[in-house]
Amino acid sequence: MSQPESAITDAQAGGPSNGTPAQGQEPLAKLAARHGLRRAIARPSLPVYLRQLWERRHFITTYATSRNVSKYSNSALGQLWQVLTPLLNAGIYYLMFGVILGASKGIENYPAFLITGMFVFTYTQRSVSSGAKAISGNLSLIRALHFPRASLPLAYTIQEFQQLLISMGVLFALVLITGEEFTLLWLLIPVALALQTMFNVGASLMLARVGSTARDLNQLLPFIMRTWLYASGVFFSIEDRVVGPNGAGLPQWVADVMYFNPAAAYIELMRDLLMYEAVRPYIWAVCVFWALFALLGGFWYFWRAEEKYGRG
Amino acid sequence: MAELTEELSRVKAEEPAVPSTDVRVHPNPDPAPAPAPEGAPTVIVDDLHIIYRVYGAASDTEKGNAVNALMRLVKRQGRPQMKEVHAVRGVSFVARHGDAIGIVGRNGSGKSTLLRAIAGLLPPHSGAVYTDGQPSLLGVNAALMRELTGERNIVLGCYAMGMNPKQVKEKYDEIVDFSGIGEFVQFPMSTYSSGMGARLRFAIASAKSHDVLLIDEALATGDREFRRKSQDRIKKMRDEAGTVFLVAHNLDVIEETCNRVLWLHKGKIKMDGDPKTVLAAYNKV
Repeated sequence: MSQPESAITDAQAGGPSNGTPAQGQEPLAKLAARHGLRRAIARPSLPVYLRQLWERRHFITTYATSRNVSKYSNSALGQLWQVLTPLLNAGIYYLMFGVILGASKGIENYPAFLITGMFVFTYTQRSVSSGAKAISGNLSLIRALHFPRASLPLAYTIQEFQQLLISMGVLFALVLITGEEFTLLWLLIPVALALQTMFNVGASLMLARVGSTARDLNQLLPFIMRTWLYASGVFFSIEDRVVGPNGAGLPQWVADVMYFNPAAAYIELMRDLLMYEAVRPYIWAVCVFWALFALLGGFWYFWRAEEKYGRG
Repeated sequence: MAELTEELSRVKAEEPAVPSTDVRVHPNPDPAPAPAPEGAPTVIVDDLHIIYRVYGAASDTEKGNAVNALMRLVKRQGRPQMKEVHAVRGVSFVARHGDAIGIVGRNGSGKSTLLRAIAGLLPPHSGAVYTDGQPSLLGVNAALMRELTGERNIVLGCYAMGMNPKQVKEKYDEIVDFSGIGEFVQFPMSTYSSGMGARLRFAIASAKSHDVLLIDEALATGDREFRRKSQDRIKKMRDEAGTVFLVAHNLDVIEETCNRVLWLHKGKIKMDGDPKTVLAAYNKV
């Protein structure tokens, strides 16, 4: 730099460096406004935010895939574990609840019943619990690069979705092996998964914001998840246990209240399509309600704190 | 000069909200310099305070065991393991188009925090940062994954910086060439030497051009050959960018590349001026 310029810079330096402008100089905020400068950290409007998110779709999907690849990179079997893990889980739960505890009483084709419930529940459970860490576990990334922060919980849900697609392949095979047959209702399965994915995205966005400030959430989540698991009718049929002749003999509305639990509804929806060739309007209504409510509410809630996530 | 510095630090250590301090601080008694003729402001920092939270920082007296944790809850000392760090305490300055501003200061003086605030990555506690366009931090380390190959990391890093697939394709070969890691690009980054990793990270990070560029000690990486290459690249990026901020411990680099230097001390500006004067004062401490 040439000498005169440095001299000018030097001469200016004293003024603005000091918190308040020198006499005769306008306040910094006004100077900024006059030159059309904007605040470095400002929350974009919701439509703009969604557009930014769409522009970052390649980052989101690449990030999700990369995490899935890196997760298994240290094991000899590599991504084969994406198939093995759900299979082993299904085996253990079948052994525990089907054979040893005998929870299968009154349920035909209990293996298919159990594994469907397990896989559907695991998808929601893993999306939600990884969403809770999406912000708090990535502070260094948030403090280094610009991107709509919702990319992170979204990427985590997509990572779980990729895992789910593999699990669904295993599930179809197991369901066919255990004696169910392909029906036209199977064609509705993508719709059911789309609804569940909408719910998962919304729930993981919500928990991402909560988890970004409430650090103790990660310690509590395993207990919440286990309670949720037992309440969602993964191992037993809510209908049979609550209303049925072998169950508690309570009125139907008690069962309906329990089916309002989103996890229970998505599990029932999948079982209806895969095994029972049934379409229950109430279950569909609950599934659609939770999908829309969680997705819209989750996005709105997460976006409201967009500019604060870097603070930790 | 040493005396002046002493006085400066004393004055700035007080609350800087008194306009009259200007006259005392500045060696030149002229209190109101005319607005700059050479460039429009690109970054305005207005009385910025940054406070961030650190978790798991327990002092000696409150060692982490369950009994103490319970006692803290009983005594209602909320948020036990959390400390607040007041990293930037009332910084104001105006950066103009064409400026290359070096930021010096000891470890923990708030240099990196200030950069992150200018980039809009850390929310201010009070005060504001106004910018023209989107300042970006040079660095993608946080987005990369050690277990993945160099190839995958290049793609991931480029997307993380906001490129689209076409741009990634265009830049890919250039990044591999510039990093000079050759066939190692097919191995996981965890197998790289620290120099190779640094080279690849710099190559990815510098593949994009920016309006306002913030560089945090990115220079001293790799061997001598690569250091020269990366300094050339930085110079080129500086010419393309409107304004550059550079944090480095290597004062030669700052003297060479910057036309203005901010000296931060404990979160406040201790001195602000042309590189020779500030660096001379900084070296005396």
